[in-house]
Amino acid sequence: MASHTPTASRRRWGSTVAGVLILCVMLFPLYWMLNTALQPDSGLLQVDPVPGSLDFSGFSKAISDQGGHLLTSLAVSLGAVAICLAISAPAAYGLARFGLRGSRTIVFGTLITQMVPGIVIANALYNSYVDLGLVNSYFGLMLADASLGIPFSIVLMRSFMVSIPGEVIEAAQIDGAGPVRTFVRVVLPMSRNSLITSGLFAFLFSWSDFMFALTLNTTDEVKPITLGIYQYIGAHVGDWGSVMAASVLSAVPAAILLVLAQKYIAAGITGGSVK
Amino acid sequence: MPTSTVGAQTPAKASEPASAPDPARIARRRRLTQWGFVAPAVVFMLLFFGYPLVRNVVMSFQDYTPKTFFTGEAPFNGADNWSNVFQDALFGKALWHTLVFTAGSLLGQFCIGLALAVFFSRRFPLNGVLRSLILLPWLVPMVVSGIVWRRILDQDTGVLNSFLDTLGIGGHTPWLTSPEMALLSVILVNIWIGIPFNMVILYGGLQEIPKELHEAAALDGASAWRTFRSVTLPMLRPVVTVVLVLGFMSTVKILDLILALTDGGPADATQTLGTLTYQNSFVQLDFGAGAVVGNVLILISAVFAVFYLRANRTEGK
Repeated sequence: MASHTPTASRRRWGSTVAGVLILCVMLFPLYWMLNTALQPDSGLLQVDPVPGSLDFSGFSKAISDQGGHLLTSLAVSLGAVAICLAISAPAAYGLARFGLRGSRTIVFGTLITQMVPGIVIANALYNSYVDLGLVNSYFGLMLADASLGIPFSIVLMRSFMVSIPGEVIEAAQIDGAGPVRTFVRVVLPMSRNSLITSGLFAFLFSWSDFMFALTLNTTDEVKPITLGIYQYIGAHVGDWGSVMAASVLSAVPAAILLVLAQKYIAAGITGGSVK
Repeated sequence: MPTSTVGAQTPAKASEPASAPDPARIARRRRLTQWGFVAPAVVFMLLFFGYPLVRNVVMSFQDYTPKTFFTGEAPFNGADNWSNVFQDALFGKALWHTLVFTAGSLLGQFCIGLALAVFFSRRFPLNGVLRSLILLPWLVPMVVSGIVWRRILDQDTGVLNSFLDTLGIGGHTPWLTSPEMALLSVILVNIWIGIPFNMVILYGGLQEIPKELHEAAALDGASAWRTFRSVTLPMLRPVVTVVLVLGFMSTVKILDLILALTDGGPADATQTLGTLTYQNSFVQLDFGAGAVVGNVLILISAVFAVFYLRANRTEGK
């Protein structure tokens, strides 16, 4: 109606300007991270608002100092995602479809687990990890990080799998497929979007984990990037350029992943909640 | 409901001309296979959530010393850990900081998040792009955000102080290095971290409110503020509860951010129950004392868990 008049249109562009300003304020710390990373050797001085000339020495130093920790993070996160999906996808299907006695209690328990403070888990886990020889091991950290994604993934995938039409599953059964075959051949392909969404979030949770990395490792053998950067500022307070370069690098894999999987996330989330 | 579809199909299957002799055995086997899907998750959650909860209670009555890691012995010592922790002035401080940190963060995140959600509910060019770009800080691990802010808030060389200097207000503020300012600074950074989450969920809630309600209010001549208070807010209530409770859960236990910004200092000014648990257990290696503080943290979370479940239940109706 009135939205086509010039004043209304000007007002709408006015909102866009306000939106851009809000965005600038909100994203300033990220800009500052990048800006500082491109101006090395400025650690003890004030940083220029815009880098005068781009200097990538901070990045090369960050890669040589922290590159290994980035790879550690990648390995641990991928492992955590694999464990998370292997455990939560069948469980989500079982809880959505089988009508097992106690299903509701399990779903309820899954919700409750998300409220247990991580440091409490680490506290008890550390002692068991010492006994089991899982301290300073990739597998131990993958398992602990998987615990960050599992409850979330179960809830998300279950709500998706509830919406798969019962006829599809019955058809597979009439064709003689057992529950495992039905799950692998029919349910998993149909749930692809929610699997990708769950995997993506499990990756993000694990990638940004700091607490398990800090508490379940006593040596430098298994050191993810979050712990690496944290210890970096302890040792290199003067060298903010490389600290910030490492910080920028720590955000890159997650950003790439989000861009690549964007359409799956949207589809997975709406598929899970709307239907 | 999912249960009914399965229930309807079970008898159909059983009435088929089964060649197998023992239907009871087949049914039992079927159940076992079905439980095979769910069991690994149940075992995992018992090991990684159930066990730590129980173990933490037991540990709070045990005497852990650095020696324990060589001898493996942690004798029970009654309520010693509890009385030691409660008598320590630091515990009271940490409890207070936790409450201030949580309440301040939630209030700030929620108000700004709601304002942004309302703002982005308007239609204007580039709305969608700007809205999704605001989520970018999510990609940065919290500990890394903390470190970036530590640089920004640096008293002498940080950009915030030089900016305030230029404006002629404040300047040279010891954001993170004075006991008076540190807690406030940590809260401000955490508000920044929480705004995108609050905005996204509240934005989703706003989209669910039927447009006709706002049109009706406009026809009745209600002002924008009046409409917001009498129509939008009441309709948004279930979402508000969920946002606040989830926000509480994630804020009350925060560890990474505080360690990255201040390490709990200066002079314990930003020590919270989360950091105190970590300090006791992993720095002092007194896991018994750490377990006590951890249990208090769980207790506080449990109170809010009840709120959350009640909110969920009323929403489900």
